[in-house]
Amino acid sequence: MRKLKLVMVGNGMAGCRTLEELLKLAPDLYEITVFGSEPHPNYNRILLSPVLAGEMTIQDIILNDLDWYAENNITLHTGKTITRIDRRARKVVAADGTTAEYDRLLLATGSNPFMLPVPGKDLPGVISYRDIKDTDEMIDAARTHKHAVVIGGGLLGLEAANGLKLRGMDVSVVHVMPWLMERQLDRVAAGMLQKSLEKKGLKFLLERQTAELVAGESGRVAAIKFKDGETIPADLVVMAVGIRPNTGLAESCGLHCNRGVVVNDTMQTFDPRIYAVGECASHRGIAYGLVAPLFEQAKVAANHLAMYGIGRYQGSVTSTKLKVTGIDLFSAGDFMGGSDVDEIILQDPAGGVYKKLVLKDNRLVGAVMYGDTVDGSWYFQLLKDKQDIQDIRDHLMFGKSNLGDTGHKGANNAASLPDTAEVCGCNGVCKGTIVKAITEKGLFSLEDVRKHTKASSSCGSCTGLVEQILASCVGGAYQPADSNSKAVCGCTDLSHGEVRKTIREQKLLSVATAMHFMAWKTPNGCATCRPAINYYCISTWPHEAEDDPQSRFINERAHANIQKDGTFSVVPRMWGGLTTPDELRRIADVADKYKIPTVKVTGGQRIDLLGVKKADLPGVWQDLGIPSGHAYGKSIRTVKTCVGAEHCRFGTQLSMSMGVKLEKMLFGMWSPHKVKLAVSGCPRNCAESGIKDVGVIGVDSGYEIYVAGNGGIKTEVAEFLCKVKTDEEVMEMSGAFLQLYREEGYYLERTVHYVQRVGLEHVKKLVVEDEANRKALYERLLYALQGYKDPWAERAEAEKASTVKREFEIIEV
Amino acid sequence: MEAEVKTPEQAIGTWKRVCLLADIPVLGSRVVRSSSGDIAIFRNADNEVFALHDKCPHKAGPLSQGIVHGKTVTCPLHSWKIQLEDGVAQLPDIGCTRSFSVKVENEVVFLNV
Repeated sequence: MRKLKLVMVGNGMAGCRTLEELLKLAPDLYEITVFGSEPHPNYNRILLSPVLAGEMTIQDIILNDLDWYAENNITLHTGKTITRIDRRARKVVAADGTTAEYDRLLLATGSNPFMLPVPGKDLPGVISYRDIKDTDEMIDAARTHKHAVVIGGGLLGLEAANGLKLRGMDVSVVHVMPWLMERQLDRVAAGMLQKSLEKKGLKFLLERQTAELVAGESGRVAAIKFKDGETIPADLVVMAVGIRPNTGLAESCGLHCNRGVVVNDTMQTFDPRIYAVGECASHRGIAYGLVAPLFEQAKVAANHLAMYGIGRYQGSVTSTKLKVTGIDLFSAGDFMGGSDVDEIILQDPAGGVYKKLVLKDNRLVGAVMYGDTVDGSWYFQLLKDKQDIQDIRDHLMFGKSNLGDTGHKGANNAASLPDTAEVCGCNGVCKGTIVKAITEKGLFSLEDVRKHTKASSSCGSCTGLVEQILASCVGGAYQPADSNSKAVCGCTDLSHGEVRKTIREQKLLSVATAMHFMAWKTPNGCATCRPAINYYCISTWPHEAEDDPQSRFINERAHANIQKDGTFSVVPRMWGGLTTPDELRRIADVADKYKIPTVKVTGGQRIDLLGVKKADLPGVWQDLGIPSGHAYGKSIRTVKTCVGAEHCRFGTQLSMSMGVKLEKMLFGMWSPHKVKLAVSGCPRNCAESGIKDVGVIGVDSGYEIYVAGNGGIKTEVAEFLCKVKTDEEVMEMSGAFLQLYREEGYYLERTVHYVQRVGLEHVKKLVVEDEANRKALYERLLYALQGYKDPWAERAEAEKASTVKREFEIIEV
Repeated sequence: MEAEVKTPEQAIGTWKRVCLLADIPVLGSRVVRSSSGDIAIFRNADNEVFALHDKCPHKAGPLSQGIVHGKTVTCPLHSWKIQLEDGVAQLPDIGCTRSFSVKVENEVVFLNV
């Protein structure tokens, strides 16, 4: 079959990212030809500033080398500018006469720097700052000339000025506005920025308008003259006053343009055969000049070019980070404030820290940070997710402090870490390794970094640090994913919320039918999505959906915990942490009989038998004669109790019996992640109820219920939900909360993260305030748990059944 | 069931009868104890059967206990993805575990060890 022809005009980051995404989806669909005006393969334009500053070389910033084009059978024409598109004959023509026919055309022509229309703008020594050529020219000028003037005090201008200064030039920045980076910073932050740049030796001329660039004797620019008459020397003038989408080519062939090539949500232009991505495209009236939105566009365009037809680009919220070494600056959203918004400001001029958060209707709408940008990613996430911050408003300014909990010595500022510092304690990954992977492999997302380095891919407590490193390497190109719309995994573009909604609305009853209905990209998913879909099916449709053992992680399939050597651990249930001499004797006998090497008391008040061979599991269960402790499941784990009023002289409530009742009620409950409870008999709280998913604390007049605590990676104190009087109310309230979590939590989301996502107010409204809804939730939980059988007893009984045998028996040959 | 020999040049070795195809769950595996160590035999959704040394090249995790998807198994210990056909770890991880010839004839699984 003849392959379709895809021609791409423009060999930059947005275009090449589109090709990469396309090749992932449909590697053989197109014969691809690429035209680029520059004589280079695709490079990372964002990193031109570090190149200018002498911190990196051109070689370091190449994203796709020539081999990449060859390996993917892409015909690459570098140094050839397309001058004409013949839409009728479906071909493009380059300046040198080269032509190429297309079935689909992808425009990724980027943008052109805007040159001020002043006399002398075409003199030698007057340049823009856009590509490798400009950068080389600046590096050359720095060797032979003294005075540099940068026109434009925006992001790009300041990075250019900083680089030229580092190369030894005497640099002045001319800016027409009253303060620097006025589109990203408010006046205070800009003032602090200016001060620290002045300390680096830069000079600033604000509120000055350029009148003329004056030539010297050699014909090269020699001076710049302002409208107020003043003249200063200038051997190099860099214009960084803005960019204009490069639409000349599109306009010349009659494509509709309006400050960019106009595209719809599928990145298609008004000619259905032609797509446009990147800085040249105008989407819903916006042409983006930052790289992160371009990548989102690339994904959508690739999806449609691959004829999948399901991606949709709906615009981006952007953030900015200045890439000047030693200066931390972050801004996002609408930070200027106004009459209908609240501002929270922290200002410490001597300490060099300024933070401003702009709130509207209890949502974060903008943020500016100078000096301390540790929480930039977190604020940006809150902003993108439009999360209700009412509950955390009082400490919002002080950040997430999620950085540096365990495993990396409490460090919380990635910039100050040496390359040898261990960032990820789980996988032993140092900062230097992460930086190297990001720059060498051209990584832009947290997922990419996790994949290549394993950093933050296990417990995730160092995620904040890794995000900081990523942000400092790629600047504004780093965009944390919107947590509500992030795809479950590479097998689909749908998010957890969408998958769950579809399973509910379409009544999908098995993993296979769910994947089929939602057009999964892979034949049977992967180890990430299958367990999630299985959980959504069985929790949404209890007693109806089919529970697929092969879509469960081995621990839930074998009803035991796999250990590093492939053996398993067995934890029998001890209701509320209570046991009997008879049970203890049986546990001892089992440990003897099966030569179990390690017997340990767990944190959840039970006994762990470690080092059991898989083939021995059914026998161990049968001999124990105690129900499964589900210590292996995304499920109810334990209800920890203190001695309580049964024995304790301080006890106010019967915590042991309350705990046993709760644990028996919840037996067999599968949940998005593990669930731990505790009941303490008095506020001394010996059962540590403050760090449990549901913590109950007895007081003289009843019980206080706390939810969404966590004692793991990051210690999170549970939040007060309500106070109740009776044991029955404790069961109903806890059960309703857990059912809500079961219905709304994303797979592998602990209660603490679930509640942070939806807000405690939401939970209180549905569980505490709305009695009818609480009862309905509670009933749904009890219905789901009805008739649950202990999996160990079931397996021990059915030991002879072939399916059980299949799981545990080894074949000898 | 179509007969299938992974690497014909090895077919001269000794084919040993292992089990019935039905003894391996779809998208699952069985462990075979042999003189060459434990071998994991996998069955995917297309009823293809594969055999790998039951040790992940990373930290020797038992691949037989992993989740099978497509022609890949994800190791249960640290989620390396190992290709069932040749035992090679998928990028960015690098490593390889030994693969064995396996064939299915008349619903019976044979392993070449």
